[in-house]
Amino acid sequence: MQHEFFELADLVQAQLRPGERFTAWLAAETSDFVRFNHARVRQAGHVQQAHLTLRLVADGKQVSVTMTLSQQVAEDRAQVLHQLDALRGQLPDVAVDPHLLLADTCHVASRREANPELQAAVIVEAVTSRAAAYDLVGILACGVIAHGFAADTGSRLWAETTSFNLEWSLFAHGDKAVKSAYAGTVWEEAVFADKLAHAVGQLALLQRPARTLTPGAYRAFFTPVALESLLSMLNWGGFSEKQLQVKRSPLLKLQTGEAAFSPLVTLVENSAQGLSPPFQGEGFLKPAEAPLVRDGQLFGSLVSPRTAKEYGLTANADAEETTQSLHMAAGDLPEADVLRRLDTGLYIGNLWYLNFSDRMNARITGMTRFATFWVENGEIVAPLNVMRFDDSLFRVLGEHLEALTVERALLVDTDTYGARHTASSLLPGALVRRFELVL
Amino acid sequence: MDTIKKTFARLRPDVDFCALRVVETRGETLAVRQDVQEPLTRSVDRGAMVTVIHAGGYGYAATSQLTEAGLQAAIQEAKRWAEISRTRSVFDYSQIALPHPSGQYHSPQVAHAPQVQRRELLELLMAESRAAKVDDRIVDWGATIALLASRQLYITHASAAQGESGVEQDFQFVMPGVSVTAFANGDTQTRSLGGQYNGYCRQGGQEILQAAGLVGAGARVAREALELLAAPNCPTGQMDLLLMPEQMLLQLHESIGHPLELDRILGDERNYAGTSFVTPDMFGTYRYGSELLNVSSDPTVANEFASYGWDDDGTPAQKHLLIRDGILERPLGGAISQARSGLPGVANARACAWNRAPIDRMANLNIEPGDATLAEMIASVERGVLMDTNVSWSIDDSRNKFQFGCERGVLIEGGKLTTVVKNPNYRGISATFWRSLRRVGNASTSQTMGTPFCGKGEPNQIIRVGHASPACLFGDVDVFGGEA
Repeated sequence: MQHEFFELADLVQAQLRPGERFTAWLAAETSDFVRFNHARVRQAGHVQQAHLTLRLVADGKQVSVTMTLSQQVAEDRAQVLHQLDALRGQLPDVAVDPHLLLADTCHVASRREANPELQAAVIVEAVTSRAAAYDLVGILACGVIAHGFAADTGSRLWAETTSFNLEWSLFAHGDKAVKSAYAGTVWEEAVFADKLAHAVGQLALLQRPARTLTPGAYRAFFTPVALESLLSMLNWGGFSEKQLQVKRSPLLKLQTGEAAFSPLVTLVENSAQGLSPPFQGEGFLKPAEAPLVRDGQLFGSLVSPRTAKEYGLTANADAEETTQSLHMAAGDLPEADVLRRLDTGLYIGNLWYLNFSDRMNARITGMTRFATFWVENGEIVAPLNVMRFDDSLFRVLGEHLEALTVERALLVDTDTYGARHTASSLLPGALVRRFELVL
Repeated sequence: MDTIKKTFARLRPDVDFCALRVVETRGETLAVRQDVQEPLTRSVDRGAMVTVIHAGGYGYAATSQLTEAGLQAAIQEAKRWAEISRTRSVFDYSQIALPHPSGQYHSPQVAHAPQVQRRELLELLMAESRAAKVDDRIVDWGATIALLASRQLYITHASAAQGESGVEQDFQFVMPGVSVTAFANGDTQTRSLGGQYNGYCRQGGQEILQAAGLVGAGARVAREALELLAAPNCPTGQMDLLLMPEQMLLQLHESIGHPLELDRILGDERNYAGTSFVTPDMFGTYRYGSELLNVSSDPTVANEFASYGWDDDGTPAQKHLLIRDGILERPLGGAISQARSGLPGVANARACAWNRAPIDRMANLNIEPGDATLAEMIASVERGVLMDTNVSWSIDDSRNKFQFGCERGVLIEGGKLTTVVKNPNYRGISATFWRSLRRVGNASTSQTMGTPFCGKGEPNQIIRVGHASPACLFGDVDVFGGEA
C-alpha cells in the first residue's frame, strides 16, 4: 500500500498548477474482527479499507475530501484526479483561511513492523478452546494498520504495523466480571493462558456475595485501567490549547491557578514511546515529549497546527488536540502494598461511562464496573454492586491523592470506531483518601 | 448499482446463503467559527459487505474493491470465516432463514434535492455567527451544517441470480448546529441549538434548516448563554422535573432504547456497551413505566433521522409498540437475535457503514404524545424545575443508574416558571424513574430530533438514531446543580 499511496501522491504533485499546494493522509487497514460470547464466536469477518484525505491549498484557501480507495490502481488514479478537479471547483466558494498553517519542511521516513505469521484463526482456536469452560465475551482485532502522509514539499512518511488486540471479560454471574486484554505484534498462546488463568483466579472473588455501599466518601484504589478512564476525560478538551483559549477546558482552573493537582501528578504526551505514527495528519512531526502537567501544575497543552496559527504558538499535536501516548510519572507505592495501604475501602478495577457533571470544576460522574471490590483491613472481602460516583478531578488527583504505584501498565486503546485506533498510555495505579459515591 | 448487481449475480458463492450490501455515502460539512470559515471538508465513502451463512457458520467480508474479482475474494473470505466459526459458533445460523427482499425507499425530498448551494449556506452560517457576538463575554461561537447522502443496495445472491432488484434505499440527512460560549468571573456557560451534538438531525432537504430554527439561532443562543452566566446554580433536592424534548431524547435513548436492545439482553455487548437490567421473562408483564408511557419503534416516520424501508438484514420496517400503557411488550432485536432468543422483535439489524456488520440498534425510538399542554404541566407543579437540552449523560452497564445534565433549567414555583438556573443535573434509576411519569405532553410539545453519534458494538460503530418525544413531567426526582 505504501508504494501505491506514494504513487498517488506523485500523481497529484505532477498535476499541481502554479500556486497550488497539497497534503495527503492515508489511513488503511486489513483487519479480522471476531466477536465472542459465551466463549464461542458470535460474529467474525474481515475488513479491507483505505481512506485517503486530499487537501488542496491555493491563494490562502483550503478544501479537502476524504475518499475510499478501491486499491485498484487505475480506478484510484482516476478517482484522485477527479477529486482534485472537484476540489479546484470548490475553492471559489470558500474564503481565505487566516488560520491555515502548512508544514514547509520535507520529511521522508518509513517505519514498518510486519508479521506475516500473525493469524486471527489461530487466536480464535486458542480462545474458544482454552476458555470453553468459562463465560467469556470480547473482541479480537488482528491485522495490518498503515498510515501515510505526503505533501508537495516532498514529504513522504509511512508507518505500518501488524498487530492484534484481544480484549475480553470473564463473567462470574450477572454483571460481575473480570476484564482483561492482550495486545501485541507476536501472539504467544502461553501469555494468553497466563492472563486467562489470572482472570479465572479472580472469578472466585466475584462469586462471593456482593456488597452494596451507601452513598458517601470512601478510600479508594484505582487500577491503571480505572485511572485511565478518569484521565481520558481530559481528552474532552482538557489539554486542548484551543479549549483553554476559549475558556472551555476543564483544566482552565488549573491554568489560572484556582485549582491544582497533587505534586505527585506529572503527565507527558510521550510520542516517542507511543504506538501511533510519529507524524500527524497534516504532516507535522510530533515532538518526542510534550509536558502537560508537572508536579501538579499545568505546564503545557496540545496545539494543533490550526490553533498554532490562530494564537501564534508552535504546533505539537493532531487536529483534535488529544493525547495519543499519555505517560504519567510513577509513584513510590509498591503494587504489592496496595491492599495494605488501602486498608479499608474500594479496589476499583474498571470505571464506565464517564461524563462531566460540572465541566469547569472538572467534576465527573460515572460508574464502577467489572472487578471492583470492597477491602477491609487490607484484604478483599466482597465484590461490589455497581455504584455511581460524582467527584472533581481537582480533588481526586489533588488534595485526596495519597500515592501512585511504582509499577506502571501499558494500556493499548481498543477503540475501533471507523478504524482500529493506535493510542496508548502508560499509567500507575492511584490511591486516594476520599472518593465520592452518590447512588 | 446495476453493474454491481449484475456482477454479483454472475458469481457462484456455493454457500447456503449469501448477501451483498453496498453503501455509498457522500458528505459535506460547512462551518463558521468566530466569523471565520472553517476548512470545507467533503467525504466520498464507497464499499460493500458480503455476508455468508454456511453449514451453520456466519462470516462477513468488507471490501472497497467492487469488481468481480473483489467481490469474489470477499465471498471467499466471508465463507472462510463461516467455516472457521461453524463448529464454535454461539448460534447455529442454519436455523435462520433471512428474507430475500426487493423494493425501494427514499428519504423525503430526496428526488427533488437541489444541488448544495454552498455559498448561500456559508453566508447563512456567517450571518448566524456574526449575530452571536452580542457581548464581549461571548468568547467562542460558531454554526455548522452537515449534509449527508447515502445510497444503499441490499440483495441476496438468490435474488440476484433470479434477476430481482433487491432493496435500493436513498437517504438524505441534514444536521444543523449552533453553539455559543460565554465567560465571565471564572465561569463558563455554553448554550446551543438542539444540543452540542446535533440534536436537530433529520432526513430530508434543506427545509430542515428552517424547521430546526437555524435562522435566528445565533443571537438567541448567545442571549441564553449570557443569561446562564448570570443565573444561580440549580438547587439540590427532591422535586418535580419537567423535561423538554431536547433532553427527553437522551433520557429515552439511554434508559429505554439501549436496555431493550436484544443483543445486550443476549450478552453480546457485555464486554463493551454493557448488558441490560431487562431479562427475557419480563416481556408481556413487566411494568416499565406509569400507564401514561407508550413507546414505539417506528422507522416509517417521514423526516425522522433513522427512517428506512428495510433494515440491513433485509427485514421490512414497520411500526411496533415496545411499551404499551407502561407494560413492556417487545424488545429491539433483528431477525438473528429473534431467532436466537425466541422473542419477537423489530427490523433493526443495522450497520453504520459498509465496513461494519449489522447488529441490533434502535432506529426511530419515540414516545407517543399524551394529552397535556405545556402550560398545564407547568401549572400542575408546586416546586420543580424544567430542564432543556442535554449536555451530559451517564448510565451503568445494565442501563439502570443514570445521571444527566442539561444546558438550561428554569425553576417552577407555584405553578409558574420563575428563575433560570445553570448546571441543572438529575439522577435516578431507570426501573423506578419511568414509573414516576406524571404527565405526557401532547403533540404540540413534541419535537422530532435524534443523534448522529450513538456508539456501540465490537468492532465499534457510531450510528444515526431518531427520537421524537413530547415534554414529560416526572415526580419526586433527585435534582442538583454544579459546584458551590
